[in-house]
Amino acid sequence: MEKMPHWADIVLIPLISLILAAMLSALVILAIGESPVDAFNLMVQGALMRSAGWGYTLYYATNFMFTGLAVAVAFHARMFNIGGEGQAMLGGLGVAYVCLFIPWPHWSLALIGASLGAAMFGALWAVIPAYLQAKRGSHIVITTIMFNFIAAALLNYFLVNVLRPPRSMDPATATFPEATHLPSFRDMFSTAETIMFRGAPANVTFFIAVAACVLVWFLIWRTKLGYEIRAFGHSETAAKYAGISPVKITVISMVISGALAGMMSINTTMGESERLVLNSTEGAGFIGIAVALMGRSHPFGVFLAAILFGFLYQGGAELALWTNIPRELIVVIQALVILFTGALDNMVRMPLEKIFLAFRKGDA
Amino acid sequence: MDFLTLLQLLDTTVRLATPLLLACLAGLYSERAGIFDIGLEGKMLAAAFFSAAFAYSTGSVWLGLLAGIGVSLVLSGIHGLASITFRGNQLISGLAITMLAGGMTVLIAQDWFKQGGRTPQLEGAARFEPITLPFAETLREVPFIGPLYYELISGHPILVYIAFALVPLTWWILFRTRFGLRLRAVGENPASVDTAGVSVVALRYSAVMICGVLCGLAGAYLATALQAGFVKDMTAGRGYIALAALIFAKWRPWYALWATLLFGLFQALELRPDLIQQVIGVKVQVQLLGALPYILTVVILAGFVGKAIPPRAGGEPYVKER
Repeated sequence: MEKMPHWADIVLIPLISLILAAMLSALVILAIGESPVDAFNLMVQGALMRSAGWGYTLYYATNFMFTGLAVAVAFHARMFNIGGEGQAMLGGLGVAYVCLFIPWPHWSLALIGASLGAAMFGALWAVIPAYLQAKRGSHIVITTIMFNFIAAALLNYFLVNVLRPPRSMDPATATFPEATHLPSFRDMFSTAETIMFRGAPANVTFFIAVAACVLVWFLIWRTKLGYEIRAFGHSETAAKYAGISPVKITVISMVISGALAGMMSINTTMGESERLVLNSTEGAGFIGIAVALMGRSHPFGVFLAAILFGFLYQGGAELALWTNIPRELIVVIQALVILFTGALDNMVRMPLEKIFLAFRKGDA
Repeated sequence: MDFLTLLQLLDTTVRLATPLLLACLAGLYSERAGIFDIGLEGKMLAAAFFSAAFAYSTGSVWLGLLAGIGVSLVLSGIHGLASITFRGNQLISGLAITMLAGGMTVLIAQDWFKQGGRTPQLEGAARFEPITLPFAETLREVPFIGPLYYELISGHPILVYIAFALVPLTWWILFRTRFGLRLRAVGENPASVDTAGVSVVALRYSAVMICGVLCGLAGAYLATALQAGFVKDMTAGRGYIALAALIFAKWRPWYALWATLLFGLFQALELRPDLIQQVIGVKVQVQLLGALPYILTVVILAGFVGKAIPPRAGGEPYVKER
């Protein structure tokens, strides 16, 4: 018998964790000498009350959907992919190569090419740790952490020594050709009279991210491979007994995970900066962990959590602009969410289970 | 490369290896007791900020050191609560602690000093000054031994000597005391320790707390001895290099010393890439030097050169059978 109903597990626990994180963040804001209520209002104003605010919120959310899905897919196979950051960096390199060296006639073709490039480079960066885990038994968390740093060094090398245009001081690639420009929300939704999403970086990649959520859902719950991934995640020995190859599942789920993380950089590199810069990932790989934990590894949960974190990011930028609260507040909130939903999960769960059990006894 | 340049390079190596060594030993206690700790980075960072902030405010580096150790212990307590008491995921907890430290240090620094997330420059008694060992000046003229003693061995802040002394001490504690035996046992097979009537929870908490103290020393060294003040993200991945060194050292204290010295040498060479070119005649990319500790760790972990096997119960919360 389940200790508590399913809805409590997927809705109540993340919600309580979020409330705990929010309360602690409010205390932090109070300690700085600002009003949490005003801060929250300002965040809502800046992130949700104007179309430009939404344009930023959805832009960040696009990143977090990709990295969140990446972590979620690995979670289903009971692996912790902490290397989303490195995989996204390599994905950026893939995007840059595709956009710079192939003459694309139209953005839609370029988008397909860049997606493949990003996914392939990201997957490449995930498949090595996966192989080492499956065949050589090295812990995937440690290897993916190390691979994050190796990716940073590699990206630095490519931007400083290989891809930097001559006479440029900036460690970045040249600007991508005009034909690879992705339609932004402003291009898509503005009419002649009203300009929507002015100056906001959200672009067509958002729809790819939403499609990725649907595809991952289909993969995990509607295909044989997804079943095998979940079976492997629940019990490796049982999966082995059923004829599922642990090596195959480990490698395939990490390839999917790395490809998703890599695809994040279509949004940042092709959609926003239109060239590859050193710090294009901005820690989104780590936020993916918070998003996946918050969303309970379900694509719909990831979708909602990504929008929530997009709101926090845009709102945080507004706070930094108008108040004395630095942007780092968002890092604190993110850390608290990871702490409560990931590490201190039982602190919330145990008392809640007791309450539900007590009620059930009352019924009987 | 002449003798003096070599000595200076080694001197830099020692200075850069010290925080790695302290953090590596910190991780050693924790992981030997079965608690994975990827939050070394965060604890060091928090300790760096609090030690610099308190050293600046009180003018005493020792009070700063205490504050650094204090905040590191608080974070260790959170890690213990999450991974021992509530049997949560130790890796996620470590990650959250690192993020928390990264955000909170800047937040508090900005609110306290209003200098864009840094502390003011530390001076005089607010810093750990280099100590000139006895006879260093007199022996300086003696060929070979004199410069070696003066340049390399003498003239470091006290925390460097403490860090190096901690290596034999750690070895002695882990392999020659009852506490050490139990600590190692709790990382390999906690059920056996429990059967013997020794508290698994208490042992693991004490290991996590020792880890906190050592991370506190490492952070305080960074902000009050190696540099003069705290700047945002000043640990710059050192916690993870220490973690890499721990794996490289296969969770053993003496190997930890050699591993951190090696990684310290890489960092020192990163500052002087011209030296490598002089000696081996090939230009080595600085990025490669920076990534070398991580690459070596992956190779070691994969078991291509001597397999690194972690403590058996590492990462697993202990559940008493009923």
